[in-house]
Amino acid sequence: MAMTDPSGTVPTNKPSVQVSDDAAGYYTPGEPLVDPRTPTGPIATRWTNRKFENRLVNPANRRKLTVIIVGTGLAGGAAAATLGEAGYNVKSFCYQDSPRRAHSIAAQGGINAAKNYKEDGDSVHRLFYDTVKGGDYRSRESNVYRLAEVSANIIDQCVAQGVPFAREYGGLLDNRSFGGVQVSRTFYARGQTGQQLLIGAYQALERQVAAGTVSMYTRHEMLDLITVDGKARGIIARDMVTGAVETHTADVVVIASGGYGNVFYLSTNAMGSNVTAAWRAHRKGALMANPCYTQIHPTCIPVSGDHQSKLTLMSESLRNDGRIWVPKNKEDCDKDPRDIPEEDRDYYLERIYPSFGNLVPRDIASRQAKNVCDEGRGVGPMVGDFRRGVYLDFSDAIARLGKKGIEAKYDNLFDMYERITGENPYEVPMRIYPAVHYVMGGLWVDYDLQSNVPGLFVSGEANFSDHGANRLGASALMQGLADGYFVLPNTIREYLADGPFEAIGDDHPDVVAARESVQGRIDRFLAINGERSADSYHKELGNLMWEYCGMERTAEGLRKAIDGIRELKRDFWSNLKVLGTADSLNQSLEKAGRVADFLELGELMCIDALNRRESCGGHFRAESQTEDGEALRIDEEFAYVAAWEFTPAVENDPNEPQGSMGTPVLHKEDLLYTAIEMKQRSYK
Amino acid sequence: MTSVATQTQTPALVKGSRAARTTITLKILMAVSGIVFVGFVLTHMYGNLKAFAGHDAFNEYAHHLRTFGEPMLPYEGLLWVIRVGLIAALVVHVGAAYALARRASTARTQKYAVKKNASSSISSRTMRWGGVTILVFLVWHLLNFTIVKINPAGGATNDPYNLLVDTFDLWWMTLIYLLAMVALGLHLHHGTWSALQTLGWTGTAAARKRAKTAGWVLAIVIAGGFSLVPLFVLLGVISK
Amino acid sequence: MKLTLKIWRQADAQARGEMRTYQLDGVSEDMSFLEMLDVLNEQLNASGEEPVAFDSDCREGICGTCGLMINGQAHGPEVTTTCQLHMRTFSDGDEITIEPWRADAFPVVKDLIVDRGAFDRIIQQGGFISANTGSAPEANSVPVPRDKALRSFNMATCIGCGACVAACPNGSASLFMGAKITHLGELPQGQPERDTRVVNMVAQHDHEGFGGCTNIGECTAACPKEIPLDVISQLNKDLRTALKHGH
Ligand SMILES: Cc1cc2nc3c(=O)[nH]c(=O)nc-3n(C[C@H](O)[C@H](O)[C@H](O)COP(=O)(O)OP(=O)(O)OC[C@H]3O[C@@H](n4cnc5c(N)ncnc54)[C@H](O)[C@@H]3O)c2cc1C
Ligand code: HEM
Ligand code: HEM
Ligand code: SF4
Ligand code: F3S
Ligand code: FES
Repeated sequence: MAMTDPSGTVPTNKPSVQVSDDAAGYYTPGEPLVDPRTPTGPIATRWTNRKFENRLVNPANRRKLTVIIVGTGLAGGAAAATLGEAGYNVKSFCYQDSPRRAHSIAAQGGINAAKNYKEDGDSVHRLFYDTVKGGDYRSRESNVYRLAEVSANIIDQCVAQGVPFAREYGGLLDNRSFGGVQVSRTFYARGQTGQQLLIGAYQALERQVAAGTVSMYTRHEMLDLITVDGKARGIIARDMVTGAVETHTADVVVIASGGYGNVFYLSTNAMGSNVTAAWRAHRKGALMANPCYTQIHPTCIPVSGDHQSKLTLMSESLRNDGRIWVPKNKEDCDKDPRDIPEEDRDYYLERIYPSFGNLVPRDIASRQAKNVCDEGRGVGPMVGDFRRGVYLDFSDAIARLGKKGIEAKYDNLFDMYERITGENPYEVPMRIYPAVHYVMGGLWVDYDLQSNVPGLFVSGEANFSDHGANRLGASALMQGLADGYFVLPNTIREYLADGPFEAIGDDHPDVVAARESVQGRIDRFLAINGERSADSYHKELGNLMWEYCGMERTAEGLRKAIDGIRELKRDFWSNLKVLGTADSLNQSLEKAGRVADFLELGELMCIDALNRRESCGGHFRAESQTEDGEALRIDEEFAYVAAWEFTPAVENDPNEPQGSMGTPVLHKEDLLYTAIEMKQRSYK
Repeated sequence: MTSVATQTQTPALVKGSRAARTTITLKILMAVSGIVFVGFVLTHMYGNLKAFAGHDAFNEYAHHLRTFGEPMLPYEGLLWVIRVGLIAALVVHVGAAYALARRASTARTQKYAVKKNASSSISSRTMRWGGVTILVFLVWHLLNFTIVKINPAGGATNDPYNLLVDTFDLWWMTLIYLLAMVALGLHLHHGTWSALQTLGWTGTAAARKRAKTAGWVLAIVIAGGFSLVPLFVLLGVISK
Repeated sequence: MKLTLKIWRQADAQARGEMRTYQLDGVSEDMSFLEMLDVLNEQLNASGEEPVAFDSDCREGICGTCGLMINGQAHGPEVTTTCQLHMRTFSDGDEITIEPWRADAFPVVKDLIVDRGAFDRIIQQGGFISANTGSAPEANSVPVPRDKALRSFNMATCIGCGACVAACPNGSASLFMGAKITHLGELPQGQPERDTRVVNMVAQHDHEGFGGCTNIGECTAACPKEIPLDVISQLNKDLRTALKHGH
């Protein structure tokens, strides 16, 4: 780190210049983008200064300021609770029947914090460094530094709320090292860290509901953003029980609606996870950044058939003791694995990466698994033309540690596996396969978490800001809570200091227009009366995305996917079948709206992936690899954030009541580092 | 700032809650009165066993009960203390049972088409009917032995021992009492565990197990102990 | 396999519901119970009948959204959530009765979906520790004995699914409440509000129309997170203590 600049002014890298142009014709080049709120000065002082510079809001005024927060996960729930405590008038929305069910609840592993309780050399700077590096140098250094800085406060806050983190015998907090990091900084609550953190935020939120500072709108789905004079001023939401299309105006809107991994149909996300809130904002002018950045998790339970509705993650810790292999010969793939002799097994990770073996990073483990399956050496049931699974074999570990030893470590996971697959992993090797797990892309925000639409803030997985091209384990929970408890409440006041803004009536033309467009879309879904369910389109979209915009991408494949998606979209708008009515609980209708947005997002993701002709983070672009087939990142061309602007189509599909998506405009924000130097990675 | 939001109508939050007005307090009352009953039936059962010692011992005991504490207490003084206590406990116990039962019946007005029991015992599911059975039994029992002293065999009623033997010499009287003891046993089997749980003394799996064992023991000892006298009268072991 | 499904259909909260019978073929034993219903819904959609509405989200047993009464058992015959129940538990030709949670405090919204807002309101009444953001002391300044931390954690695993209420013959939510009381009550941070918490939560519970607990124990048998009955004992004890303290 010798060449970094402590004053924070001289970058260690040059702005990138893109040479390749694979996506030519699919996009329009736009103006370069600069974060207007980017902080300056020595990196360690940036956040402190910003908190001081941001104006305060007089406590007497706070009650008069209405804040809409869409989402009650870690990011939204924590923000709603904190802003409620501060005395703002908060309206909180979620699509579930209770804020406690947001998808943050599913996180298992843990949450990072630079507490250095183990005195093993951890520090804010090290967490910062690891996180930027983990993101493959595609995130903003100031944001990440701030994340590391507030990480310690998160743990304090959660403990004070009663989050039952694991503890040592002395009664102090325990932590562990996670995902190949060399220091112990991951705090956890058995395999349910996300649940416990979310319940903490949920309880704080409910306390504010009782106090009257937060109004809770459960089973409400945001279907559009209201913008007036270019500013975000509210949302249109559908009461999912009565079907009423409601107008909620406010001084500021926060979107914390989580990730859009469900664009792949099969993912580890919840069934209801969607892109609608973010995508509607995007259509209203908010930029969508790095949409193609998705994280693929290597240890999920494989697909068992066409009926599959979602994938289940198993903790990566399994790779500490399990050995991954597939048969050397295709003919052996349907044999009982216990009958395949040692010499006919290919422990491919140990073979290709002798020093890391089964513990290679997520993206490599995932990609190699897909490679061997594509070669036809996958195991498990045939799904489509392939067997999609590799063995994760514990027989050596059982021989070494005994069945008891393995039970002590992995009992829960083994039980879960057996429940889902019906196979006993103590007897037969487990089967695993990679699955989409997290999206790093999302709405573009500045350092203050405000999008380019004034008054629209975005936090948690819904924004793009802190993880670059690849997320490390235990860092998304950290970001959600950092945004919710500490960052947003401190940055949003700068915007609100100018409020309360002039009240907007429900009859304001912009409000009416937004409401009518939502209504028009709903009516259209019900009127098409074609042949196919929304779910069937979703499945088909997912297949295209997984095949061509998943772990390994090629220009040719991506172009094929874009054509396929466009075709699918046309069919969707003319051949969809949604039964039931608009003014009642109607799950098919909800689904139709989400799929419609996924179709547009999917196309943009493919265009983004097509443009990014480099292998970075979790994605391998076949056109960008080293001689020995490893991922090749191209900093000179791509060290930038790709922020996409929505443009309506010139030629509208007459079936689409809101107008079709046209050619998106690409704005590039350069990533410049002063406190860190970019390095290529190597795991050989 | 206006909006046409139709927030779903929800029951309001309760203000000014008092611990004394909760269902748990009802339950605690029930448990305490239940335990008073347990104490009573245990001693009563023990007293009844004096019947095995013969006519004089039994009557002596009955007499002693009435003269206990004299002259500090008037005749039947202790007995009245006990009676008042029992009547109070009965009012509380039955009152709370009624209130809770009514509550439970409105908590689920639409029944399941199919419902299986996974871990409840017969005794836990029959507490309410069992309680009513005991109540009905009690009415008869008091008419039989204390208030009116009805001798179903038609004999004299002024000698407690003889009244007892006369009563249980009738097979159907014995049967009625034995059935009542089944109800009592079931009531105690669940009631004992339940009271301990209600009072918060079953905080661990081991304590829970002990409480359930206590339920079994009390049920068998009390219902069994009570049953001995009627049975042995019928068998002729105890006789005038 | 081939199944006969008897499913409760009810258009909305006001409508009168009824059981309807459907035949479903081609169910694979690898399907989860909800995936089986997905297949039924595709079939219904194609035939022009509105799909069956049921709740689910995570489908991995952690969010607590799903919950069906399956053949008279909450979440079906295994100790797990409905979404984690797999069809291999059933056999070809089975008849399966599917009903929503039944409790007047959980009114049916549509078909198999109920409104569990009462749980949120119980939490609003004290199921939290008041710690405003920013006011927290250093996390390790208050050590928590490991056994207490463990007990606290075990009770914090409740997912708020409502199966305990659905299974309880009295329609009581005592297990749910007890889990929260114990989770917070085992921690030093939870002490200052301990008395008011239990009183307010139980008062709300009663107000919502849940029944009183008579220690029957069906709840714990149905609980997918195996919350033990000690939490109800703890709940009672805490209320008794609050009573003693004059609350
Ligand atoms: C299985 C799994 C395991 C994970 N494990 C870890 C881990 O160990 N460590 C880690 O750091 N990260 C982990 N992650 C990632 C992490 O959990 C998530 O990234 C993070 O919790 C996202 O939080 P969020 O608040 O942004 O969104 P979410 O928790 O997804 O919340 C989204 C909210 O938005 C609402 N919403 C969405 N759309 C709408 C709409 N249109 N209208 C109204 N409301 C809407 C939803 O109701 C919900 O309340 C894991 C993720 C998964 C899926
Ligand atoms: C007189 C008529 C009686 C009626 C109507 C009656 C009714 C009930 C009912 C409805 C319950 C609640 C069920 C439950 O909590 O599981 C109950 C509990 C109980 N009863 Fe009775 N009962 C009667 C007599 C008795 C007697 C004679 C005894 C003791 C010998 C007794 C001991 C108990 C105990 C210990 C409990 C448990 C209290 C608790 O749950 O905390 N009851 N009774
Ligand atoms: C087989 C069982 C029983 C027998 C043989 C029996 C016998 C008697 C007798 C002989 C008396 C009169 C005693 C006297 O006047 O001195 C009596 C009184 C009484 N018994 Fe029982 N009893 C039995 C069971 C029960 C049970 C189960 C209960 C309670 C649930 C009960 C409650 C009472 C009460 C309340 C009195 C009146 C005490 C008083 O004088 O106030 N008995 N019983
Ligand atoms: S206690 Fe168990 S059954 Fe009840 S809500 Fe919690 S997890 Fe569900
Ligand atoms: S089943 Fe019901 S009665 Fe109590 S012990 Fe459970 S809440
Ligand atoms: S759907 Fe989340 S627990 Fe079943």
